[in-house]
Amino acid sequence: MFDFVSFFPRAVMQGIPLLLGATGETLTEKSGNLNLGIPGIMYVGGICGVIGAFFYEQSGNVNGILAVLIPLLCCMLGSLLMGLLYCFLTVTLRANQNVTGLAMATFGVGFGNFFGGSLIKLTGSDVPSIALSATSSYFRQSLPFAEKLGAFGKMFLSYGFLAYLAIVIALVSSYVLKRTRVGLQLRAVGESPATADAAGINITRYKFVATCVGSMIAGLGGLYYVMDYACGVWSNDAFGDRGWLAIALVIFTIWRPNVGILSSILFGGLYILYLFIPTGTNLAVKELYKMLPYLVTIVVLIVSSMRNKRENQPPESLGVPYFREER
Amino acid sequence: MENSTAVVKMRNITKRFGPVLANDRVWLDIYKGEILALLGENGSGKTTLMNMLSGIYFPDEGQIFINEEEAVIRSPKDAFRYGIGMIHQHFKLVDVLTAAENIVLGLKEPGRLDMDKVAEKVKRICDAYGFDVDPYQKIYNMSVSQKQTVEIVKVLYRGADILILDEPTAVLTPQETEKLFAVLRNMRDDGKAIVIITHKMHEVEELSDRVAILRHGQFVGDMLTKMTNAQEMTNMMVGRPVTLNIERPDPVNPKPRIEVEGLTVRDPEGTVKLDNVSFTACSGEILGIAGISGCGQKELLEAIAGLQPAEKGSIRYVTDDGVREELIGKDPLSIADMGVCLSFVPEDRLGMGLVGSMDLTDNMMLRSFRRGRSFFTDRKNPRVLAEKVVKDLEVNTPGVSTPVRRLSGGNVQKVLVGREISSAPSVLLTAYAVRGLDINSSYTIYDLINQQKKSGVAVIFVGEDLDVLLELCDRILVLCGGKVSGIVEGRGASKPEVGMMMTRLGGKTNG
Repeated sequence: MFDFVSFFPRAVMQGIPLLLGATGETLTEKSGNLNLGIPGIMYVGGICGVIGAFFYEQSGNVNGILAVLIPLLCCMLGSLLMGLLYCFLTVTLRANQNVTGLAMATFGVGFGNFFGGSLIKLTGSDVPSIALSATSSYFRQSLPFAEKLGAFGKMFLSYGFLAYLAIVIALVSSYVLKRTRVGLQLRAVGESPATADAAGINITRYKFVATCVGSMIAGLGGLYYVMDYACGVWSNDAFGDRGWLAIALVIFTIWRPNVGILSSILFGGLYILYLFIPTGTNLAVKELYKMLPYLVTIVVLIVSSMRNKRENQPPESLGVPYFREER
Repeated sequence: MENSTAVVKMRNITKRFGPVLANDRVWLDIYKGEILALLGENGSGKTTLMNMLSGIYFPDEGQIFINEEEAVIRSPKDAFRYGIGMIHQHFKLVDVLTAAENIVLGLKEPGRLDMDKVAEKVKRICDAYGFDVDPYQKIYNMSVSQKQTVEIVKVLYRGADILILDEPTAVLTPQETEKLFAVLRNMRDDGKAIVIITHKMHEVEELSDRVAILRHGQFVGDMLTKMTNAQEMTNMMVGRPVTLNIERPDPVNPKPRIEVEGLTVRDPEGTVKLDNVSFTACSGEILGIAGISGCGQKELLEAIAGLQPAEKGSIRYVTDDGVREELIGKDPLSIADMGVCLSFVPEDRLGMGLVGSMDLTDNMMLRSFRRGRSFFTDRKNPRVLAEKVVKDLEVNTPGVSTPVRRLSGGNVQKVLVGREISSAPSVLLTAYAVRGLDINSSYTIYDLINQQKKSGVAVIFVGEDLDVLLELCDRILVLCGGKVSGIVEGRGASKPEVGMMMTRLGGKTNG
């Protein structure tokens, strides 16, 4: 029998890293930067948080607030640096965005595995992973009365604070994009930088800020994965292809962070559906189920390009560097 | 203009793009309450000069004074602060946003963004000057003239006193142009300073109070419009006397070349673009096609060239021996092999026909690369052709290996038209061949077309300037909403008559 009450929270927990990654990437893409480095940035965000938490735990007495704040700040600093690097290369030096992004994706994964491996060496443990259970327990802290509320509590109140933060970030991003002056100008920068420039908008600043903020949000996705979803256990390559799925989710949500909230849960659900559908011992069928999120993305791409509504298209100058005096 | 004060003084302005000197020590004054026409050939630096006023470029040397104070304009934002607003040739609007959103773009007004308030203010400006804009309409749903109106409202919303318009009429119909001119005169009387860049001499004479002329980036002089005439202005622009007559030799031995019968074309959305169109184009003759924009000219040419599927009707190509061949159903390549050539100059020039990042030689090769026999492409002939086009049409380029994208708009167009004409066609289809070209290059193009006509080519010429159509064409087919409104003889046809036929089927005289 399909157990929805236990399926749903797991889908949400799968979905939150995707939601953070997608929200970050949406903000970035709205500024006209196609940051394919998101998978790498989420990796860096995760490992930086782990490094911070590791040394704080090593230092002895663990204070709840600091145990959350230190990994959080480390994670955001790490992903901010990645965002700055991307901006410096693509905006200041006008390097090709695809190449830069792919290079950073590779670099980020390598960076994570390198420092992850080093930390594992430091702990000298037998298993190839680091467990930060003390820090994780603070990240996973849910409301005390959640357990008493039965199915409702389990489905909606059982998550750590980062999950709710992710939803708030998505809602705020949507509001900013749609309703505020800053959002309007950001959209204009991504659609037609020449127009925005002629209207007196500082293109470079908007691209830098949007990309860096986007990177930091995406980095949180990596942190959530390690600290909450994986219970504070870092092992190399465990994050997998979630970063790429986050980029697919941006297309799936047609560049709308608020749509991303439900879509990420859907994607998360599709991602783990194979665990909940009895397939017996036939492993091949399981592998087929794992394809679902990608199949759905392809279908959505086909449908959205068939409907061909202008509002649903990617920002027009996505991936194109801007230089004012170009003829 | 003795009583007015110069609001803008540009002194010794110099701007270089790499080795190209775009503006060379230019002096220019702009006065309050007058319309100044800025004239010059393509690539003479008019747009560059104005871009420095509006903050898109920064001058390498020189000073700009606004209201007697030295101004440093480093960005469009600075320009707004000085009350300068520019309406660019290629509209600077974001397609997926509404008119109102585009208008407030980049403005720092206090408080939250309230679109309804913005819409109200937009309405107020529209009422004051007689515009018609729906603030909530998306830009991509608008016609060219609506977009232009949004651009003008945009600069007025910012409180601009100095308006610069870069070729505002290039894409407008005669009626829309009239409306625009009325608005501009309104604004002039309101005390605003207006600069207009245009190539159409009759517009200069009709609208402007003063003209200033640039040649090869240098300022050659200015004068009151009423003290001068088209001939003198053109001579100053070119730097030597030019004749301003379009010759129209009588067709020699015209024989039917293309016979179109009952042609009906629908666009992908199912709207009828051409409805039961029939006509014959003869060899050695120029058949002009007149009509307000979007009433089927493009579809007609594309249908003949095989780019547009026809729903009904027939298009027959008649060879010299009188053999008729049906063109519908043939692919564009084999139609082109029969000598039917299409040179279509779209609104954005580079959109169709040329590849921006390739150089002149490579663009010439786009027509000929299939012809070579060996495995390797032949680059020698295209280079010779490119050099010939550059020389014949006076294309302003550092060399034939410059990417087309780097050339100024008019020069890009010369390359395109030059290539099409050079392929020695038997039928030449050309649309908007002189769109955005300066007067001298336009006449070069007319000459080229006339040469083709004399050598027995059937020319179908789609134009937007009625005066030119009336002077150049032997016969004029007038389209109105996809239907043939009538065919008139070019000799003796009058402008009002054709104008009537463009807007009403059959016109008044049913000619």
